[in-house]
Amino acid sequence: MRYWVFSHPINPALKAIVGHHERRKFKGRVDRYAIAWLMLANLLPSLTQADVYRLSVSEKSINLIGETQQAVLADAALPAPTLHWREGEDVTLEVTNLLKESTSIHWHGIILPYQMDGVPGISFDGIEPGQTFTYRFKVKQSGTYWYHGHSGMQEQQGLFGALIIAPQQEQQTVDRDYVVMLSDWPRADPQRTMARLKKQSDYYNFQQRTVGDFFADIQRLGFWETIADRLAWGEMRMEPTDLADVTGANYRFLINGKTAEAKPHYLFKPGETVRLRFINASAMTHFDVRLPGLKMTVIAADGQPVEPVDVEEFRIAVAETYDVLVQPQTEQAYSIFAEAMDRSGYVSATLTPRADLHAELPALRPMTLLTLADMGGEHAGHSAHQAPDEPAVTAEVDHSHAERALAPDSTMVEHSGHQHATADAPPNPHAGHVMPVADASDTAKPLSYSQLIAVQPNHALMGPPDREIKLRLTGNMQRYIWSFDDTKFADAEPIRVKFGERIRFTYINETMMNHPIHIHGLWQYLDNGNGMYNPKKHVINVKPGQTVSVDVPADAEGEWAFHCHLLYHMDTGMFRKLIVEKAKHEHQ
Amino acid sequence: MSISKAWFSTMTRKYSMVVIPAKAGIQCDDWACFCTGTMTSKVSLDRHINVWFCLLLALYCSAATAHDSSMIFNHFKADRLEYEGNQDLHLFKWDVQNWTGTDENKLWLKSEGDYSADQNIFGRADLQVLYSRNIDTFWDFQIGARRAIEPERTFDAVIGFQGLAPYFIEVDSAMFINEKGNVLGRLTLGYEMLLTQRLILQPRVEVNVAAEDIKNRGVKAGITEFEAGFRLRYEIEREFAPYVGMDYVEEESLREHQHSLRGVVGVRVWY
Repeated sequence: MRYWVFSHPINPALKAIVGHHERRKFKGRVDRYAIAWLMLANLLPSLTQADVYRLSVSEKSINLIGETQQAVLADAALPAPTLHWREGEDVTLEVTNLLKESTSIHWHGIILPYQMDGVPGISFDGIEPGQTFTYRFKVKQSGTYWYHGHSGMQEQQGLFGALIIAPQQEQQTVDRDYVVMLSDWPRADPQRTMARLKKQSDYYNFQQRTVGDFFADIQRLGFWETIADRLAWGEMRMEPTDLADVTGANYRFLINGKTAEAKPHYLFKPGETVRLRFINASAMTHFDVRLPGLKMTVIAADGQPVEPVDVEEFRIAVAETYDVLVQPQTEQAYSIFAEAMDRSGYVSATLTPRADLHAELPALRPMTLLTLADMGGEHAGHSAHQAPDEPAVTAEVDHSHAERALAPDSTMVEHSGHQHATADAPPNPHAGHVMPVADASDTAKPLSYSQLIAVQPNHALMGPPDREIKLRLTGNMQRYIWSFDDTKFADAEPIRVKFGERIRFTYINETMMNHPIHIHGLWQYLDNGNGMYNPKKHVINVKPGQTVSVDVPADAEGEWAFHCHLLYHMDTGMFRKLIVEKAKHEHQ
Repeated sequence: MSISKAWFSTMTRKYSMVVIPAKAGIQCDDWACFCTGTMTSKVSLDRHINVWFCLLLALYCSAATAHDSSMIFNHFKADRLEYEGNQDLHLFKWDVQNWTGTDENKLWLKSEGDYSADQNIFGRADLQVLYSRNIDTFWDFQIGARRAIEPERTFDAVIGFQGLAPYFIEVDSAMFINEKGNVLGRLTLGYEMLLTQRLILQPRVEVNVAAEDIKNRGVKAGITEFEAGFRLRYEIEREFAPYVGMDYVEEESLREHQHSLRGVVGVRVWY
């Protein structure tokens, strides 16, 4: 028994004629019919009405790595079917649990009543085996989002899919519209991975510094500099190679559920404008995304339109989404190349004019080590290579940590080119950068957060916030415990704010890991120095040792999850309940 | 592998509150003499130790249940399972640990010993049962009891610290206090050097000390045993690594002084 996903809410008759097959076959992209429907819907907005979408969550055996594994899937698909909603639509989603354990679906980045948010223990009780939960809410936004399980490790086991919401008024006309959903598929059972990390946190790191590297560094940097570097890291009991807790040693990386070997491809005709909707549905992996030979224009971040910015590369943190336009002009195949941030693996797809034409893969670049400057603060004295002080967080949130770079006189912090993933890898293009400049016309650099400028201003962002909350992002890599303010979720009180307040959260990352911070149900306006044009995001990636501020208008009552979106960080304690309390009549 | 929290707390509570006292036959006077710290000939040492164990488990259970949402893991690690020898000496040695618990509270078992195949005797064999409390980012405080089976049956109270010192030095330290008030100490330091990502050289130093002479056991005050060596292991899997190595051992007692160089072959396993 399977449920079809009725993916567009125009007219049941239309669906009956053309709907299902096309959608099943081309899941992951908007097919031509959908575009036709969109145009129709634009003409006849009054036809937009409530529709029912059904999903069933079940276990299924799949073989992605040469052995059979159990996946937890929605509608038996990896990724789950792409859902196409329409701004203003009243959606009804019936999610049936065919598992033997409780499940849930969370609509990531969607503004909705908190009871519909799908976090067991916070928004609702979860969906018990055999039960169906009905989500009902009005869609108040448009853009690229995703949905995923929020129970146990189900998200890591394949329970995720794309959400595409068509706007009332389409601003961007494109010839083709594709979803590029990145994910990390584990070899080991996720519970086992968690146990391994608790027992030996560097279990999956096979890029650690060796005795050979020590001598190579002595040759390159000199004896005392190398000793000083080792002592500084040793004193902190941290590793500069610790970019990812779970690496390619455990993961195969996927695009729309396919490995690079399966050669996923997207078709285009020269001269067409193609929108690629990148979604990072990974549990633990940040990707650096490139399309060698093509200029990418980022037009939306986390579903929200931004001023178009041309980039050659961007880093997509876990749970972020980016909409990118490309306009390939020649009859040539292009590689969509996504390297894991720690370079322990990659996934690629081909953007091609013909299905049989595949692009050559670019070489995997070497890993860029963390630097002492990344760790900042008290240890900066060891390096004196801290980034120059720049206003606000503009300098603090540059988006690829490679740019935390190195003054020319840099010595011990210059490690790029030192862990060779491929012997003939090209020199790291980041080495030698100083700081990114918020200049959209400069295409030589990866996208930086400071380049994200909202299209629509939000005047409510002006003036001081009603409340400031400083939140330290803390953790203990050795014991694999992650937390906010040194307190795990199990031991923490909820964060309480009042409805209508504007809260300024300042995240101070005291760890050596990136932490993509996600707040459910409320937007985070990233303070990247653009004032009322600060972009709003559902995930803010805070890099090692950095401080980032966001403005959060508490405009939705209820109890919300607030957490690091790295699954194993969330599960070990980097999680809070955020309560937006009902406005009371106060007599003052 | 995480164990069901509910199962764990039920079992441990049951065991500590019902089974152990019953089996140990703990009586009121045991508690009384334990609390006052007196040791009379009337009260057997066994009972004294039983009280210790009981108290430990109770402490552990109460602490563990205080953090109900924490995950419980079990970690077994045989750091050394090895043959050690030279021309004169052929020993099988073990050094295994097992902990069960949350981030903060763990029940920690440690056992060390050696067996001489030539003589068919155990040179040394002991078991420590410890409550381990995470007191700082990198450190655990451990308190409990040690039961030595060889060379003599003894009981000691144990207090120690285990953790990771700056510069990645693994530290396991313990102070043993026996029923007569004799104080013994043990300090183990280890370090790991990666020759490659899987070939790992581990220098290791262990020092055993005694605060004063213990005549009937032949223990001489000062350093009673010093062991320095290295092990070179190859991690076929993280959990399974055969190794070779060398140890220099110096032993000092009231009866003799000896030192020797030994080669080792063994395997390091954990899960």
